[in-house]
Amino acid sequence: MASRIERLFIGVGNSLRRDDGVGPWIAEALAARGAKTLIHAGDGMALIEPFDTHSDVVVFDATQSGRAAGTITRIDAANAPVPVEIFRHSTHWIGVGEAVETARALGCLPPRLLLIGIEGQRFEPGEGLSAPVERAAQMLVDEMSA
Amino acid sequence: MSERTITLDALTRVEGEGTLDLTIRDGKVTQCAFRIFEPPRYFEALLRGRAASEAPDITARICGICPVAYVMSACQAIEAGWGVTVSPEIHALRRMVYCGEWIQSHVLHAAMLHAPDFLGLNDAIEIARVAPDTVRTALRLKALGSRLMEVIGGRAVHPVNTRLGGFFRAPDPAAIAALIPDLEWGVGAARSLALDFARFDFPVDNGDYLFVSLVHPETYPILEGRIGSSDGLDIPVDAFHDHFCEDQVAHSTALHGRMRDGRRYLVGPLARYANNYVQLSETAKETAALCGLDPVERNPFRSILIRMVETQYACEEALRLARGYVPPQPAAMEMRPVASVGEGCTEAPRGICHHRYRTDDSGIILEATIVPPTSQNQPQIEADLARVAQANVDLDDDALRHRCEQTIRNYDPCISCATHFLKLKVDRG
Repeated sequence: MASRIERLFIGVGNSLRRDDGVGPWIAEALAARGAKTLIHAGDGMALIEPFDTHSDVVVFDATQSGRAAGTITRIDAANAPVPVEIFRHSTHWIGVGEAVETARALGCLPPRLLLIGIEGQRFEPGEGLSAPVERAAQMLVDEMSA
Repeated sequence: MSERTITLDALTRVEGEGTLDLTIRDGKVTQCAFRIFEPPRYFEALLRGRAASEAPDITARICGICPVAYVMSACQAIEAGWGVTVSPEIHALRRMVYCGEWIQSHVLHAAMLHAPDFLGLNDAIEIARVAPDTVRTALRLKALGSRLMEVIGGRAVHPVNTRLGGFFRAPDPAAIAALIPDLEWGVGAARSLALDFARFDFPVDNGDYLFVSLVHPETYPILEGRIGSSDGLDIPVDAFHDHFCEDQVAHSTALHGRMRDGRRYLVGPLARYANNYVQLSETAKETAALCGLDPVERNPFRSILIRMVETQYACEEALRLARGYVPPQPAAMEMRPVASVGEGCTEAPRGICHHRYRTDDSGIILEATIVPPTSQNQPQIEADLARVAQANVDLDDDALRHRCEQTIRNYDPCISCATHFLKLKVDRG
């Protein structure tokens, strides 16, 4: 196994599907402030390698649970199972929840893994976040880089 | 009269969305409709009026699993129309990045999506609990495929370093050389997964397939050759539309591919393997033999084994090409637009992906026709479902539903590409 290094922020989602792009939006903003970031848009299994090689990971992804847009959900994934259904499913079936639980079964979750879900409102094709989602995203960027 | 209806809703472990309706009357399957309701995507229309240079990048977006197939088929088509032949070094680099896509795609499907079917498991999470070493090996292999894509294509999905005529920049020899140790490991890892999977208890089945794939006299084709079939068809890539067509059907947003004489046909690993077995490496043939595969395999449930044999071959090929890597100079051929029609065809992991473009003399696309593998396989998928359902008609609805899901997953279908997956409704009256 590779050496575990500093905190990694992973933004998951597709910037061309409106609020689904909130994860990449946050990752880009944090990268601009000098943080180590990764933008992930493919199938979820590719998340397992960064989980395995870092000790402290924060994942941002859009949720679709029916709550108010911009609602933030925090899940201490290193210590509790992830409710797979709230994260918007990847078209390629394996999403963030499945990736975390597969990594847990393989014993390669980082000691610290925080999943932060931001409830999205609009997921149709197009760029740009809806206003409540962008406000929540900005708040998270400020909090994480403080 | 006894009637039975089975509906399979929301098929899992496939790419895209669809549904299956089965009607059974007095123990006979009387209707089988595989309905894809993934919305139409209009790629061919949106390409019209755009620069041909954009076609590889735009069509790559048809799929997040096999973007290289779209990039390469688009490049080949336009290069053919404009009379450009790429240098051997560019061709070798294209083949190497395509090997990365085969590895990535085949391993994801075989180990994560298909293998659970044979272990009585629901998903990759369960397989990770039951067989963690298999999943670790598969993840490392998949990551190797991604690294090939990153080093040559610029990123793991939707490459940014590929272009008409070749590449924007030739990868550094040191970066290619750094892949060699992992590729050496990958050959053995793929073989070991193939041998593990060969121990599965496979359903007995025997499809009457017309195999269609690229064929080549000297190499196992990935992005070179003519189009051939198991009944002797041997045509150049630009004669594809003379022999094959796509029809609209009322129950699906995906077009259905057929031979012009009306026959259905099969593309993908089974077809490629059957039509090109002699071109496999001796080591890949040896793995196939140890897996119990004959030179022609007609049991679609055993396609998982062929995917792993092809993964081994892709690792061997990438290794050979990496060892012999010479950076192309220039990295791309000069492209001068010609008013023309050009056609290209390459072997996506799921089968041949054919592109045809008509461009004007300023390089603007006037017309585009893209025939992805999954739409070509639609009629054959329905025929497989009818055959398998009939052979298993005595199973209860849940078991029959599961067997039908497996039958569809045999194809590693890319529904999004074809919409151009699965709810199963069985009507037993």
